[in-house]
Amino acid sequence: MDLREEEFIYPGTRACAGCGMALIYRMALKALGPKTIGTVPASCLTVLHGMQGFCSTKISVLHTPFATTGAAASGILGSLEAKGLDDEICVLAFAGDGGTTDIGIQALSGAVERGTNFVYACYDNEAYMNTGVQRSGSTPLGAYSTTTPGGKTTHKKDMPKIMEAHGIPYVATANAAYPLDLYEKFQKARKIKGPKYIHILAPCPPGWGFDPKDTIKIGRLANETGFWPLYEVVDGIFYLSKKSKKLLNRENRKPIQDYLGSQKRFRDLGENIIKAYNEYIDNLWKNIEKRIEE
Amino acid sequence: MTNSKKDYQKILGSIQTPVEGEAGETGTWSSLKPIIDLDKCIPVKSGKYVCFNCWLYCPEGVISRTIPPEVDNRYCKGCGICMEECPVQAITMKEVKIK
Ligand SMILES: Cc1ncc(C[n+]2csc(CCOP(=O)(O)OP(=O)(O)O)c2C)c(N)n1
Ligand code: SF4
Ligand code: SF4
Ligand code: SF4
Ligand SMILES: [Mg+2]
Repeated sequence: MDLREEEFIYPGTRACAGCGMALIYRMALKALGPKTIGTVPASCLTVLHGMQGFCSTKISVLHTPFATTGAAASGILGSLEAKGLDDEICVLAFAGDGGTTDIGIQALSGAVERGTNFVYACYDNEAYMNTGVQRSGSTPLGAYSTTTPGGKTTHKKDMPKIMEAHGIPYVATANAAYPLDLYEKFQKARKIKGPKYIHILAPCPPGWGFDPKDTIKIGRLANETGFWPLYEVVDGIFYLSKKSKKLLNRENRKPIQDYLGSQKRFRDLGENIIKAYNEYIDNLWKNIEKRIEE
Repeated sequence: MTNSKKDYQKILGSIQTPVEGEAGETGTWSSLKPIIDLDKCIPVKSGKYVCFNCWLYCPEGVISRTIPPEVDNRYCKGCGICMEECPVQAITMKEVKIK
C-alpha cells in the first residue's frame, strides 16, 4: 500500500514519548488528507495540539467542551453545507475514551442519529489520561487507576457495538500497532456517506505502565491474545480484519497473561481476574464466529 | 471553489497559527537517539524503497522515508519504537550530546 508522504502534524508536540495516540492521529490525518476539518474535546489530543493561539496540525481543528464533540461536528457540517462545501471537506471528530464512552456519548448518539456525514474516531487509552489516570467506562477489568486503586471490577464498555446499534453505515476497530490497517479504515470511511465510527486502541506508556519503546509490541499483544479484535461492520455486515483472522482458532491466541503481565496497571491480578478474562475473550470470539456464519 | 488552508480556517473563524515545535525542541526530552547501521538497513542495502518500518511507526514522524533514512534529532523524543520495529536490528539507541 502506498501511504501519503506528507505529514499533517508538525514535529515537536506535547505528546509523551512513545504515545500511541500520536501515531494514530498521524496515520488518520495522512489517510484523510488536507481537505479535513477536525474537532477535538478536552483530552491528551488537545494537549498535542498545543496552547491557545498555536496549533501543531496543518488542518484546522475546533476545540470543543468535553461533552460536545458530536454536536460540534454537526455544527461544522451544517456550516459546510450552507457553503456547499460538504462534499469536498471531510469532518473529523477525534476524542478520547472518556470523551466518547462517558461524557460525550449523548452528543455522539444524537449526531449519529441525525445522520451527520462525518468520521468519529475514538482513540482508546482506556482511562482519563490527561488528568492523571482516572477510570473511564472503557477501562478494562482489573486495571489500576487513581479511582480504582484495587483494580477495576467491571469489563470495558463495548462502544463499537453501541455505535453499531445506531444502524450506521460504517463501524470499525483498529489499533495503533497496525498503522496500515488503521490507514485503510480511515480511507474507506472518508468515501462513505453518513456517520462513520472508528474505535482505536491507543497504548499509553505512562498510563499503562510500560517502557515507551514497547508501544507497538503491547498493542500487538492486545490483538494476538484476542482481547482487541480488529473488524469492520459495513452496512450491518461483519468483516473480521486480516490481522485478526487466525485468532478465530483458539489455539492461535496467546495467553492473556502475556498482555496483562507487560503492564504495571495490571500488577496485582489474582486468578479470578485471569479466569474472568479468559471467559470474556472466549465469549467475544464465540460471538464473532456466529456473526461470520450469518 | 475554495481549497486553501486559509479559507478553511476562515470558515471556522479560527485563530490558531500552525507551528513546528509547539512544545519547543522536544529532542531535548531525551539524550538517547537512534543510530542507524547503514550496513544492515534494508533500503540502503537494496537501493529499493522497501521496509521503512522506522518511518511508519515513529509517532512523531521524524524519520524520513529516504535512502538512507534520516532522523531529525531536534524533535526525536528518544522513545525507541523505531529500534524495536526495525526488522533487521539496524537501529540502536545511543547517548547523543544535544544542544
Ligand atoms: C466538563 C469537563 N469535565 C472535566 C474536565 C477535565 N478533563 C480534561 S481532559 C480529561 C480527561 C479526558 O479523558 P479521555 O477523553 O479519555 O482523553 P485522554 O485524556 O485519555 O486522552 C478531563 C477529565 C473538562 N475539561 N471538562
Ligand atoms: S498520557 Fe498517554 S495518551 Fe496522553 S500523551 Fe502521554 S502517552 Fe499519549
Ligand atoms: S526514537 Fe521514537 S521519536 Fe525518535 S525517531 Fe525513533 S520512533 Fe521516532
Ligand atoms: S526499519 Fe531498519 S531496515 Fe527498515 S528502513 Fe528503518 S533502519 Fe532500515
Ligand atoms: Mg483516555
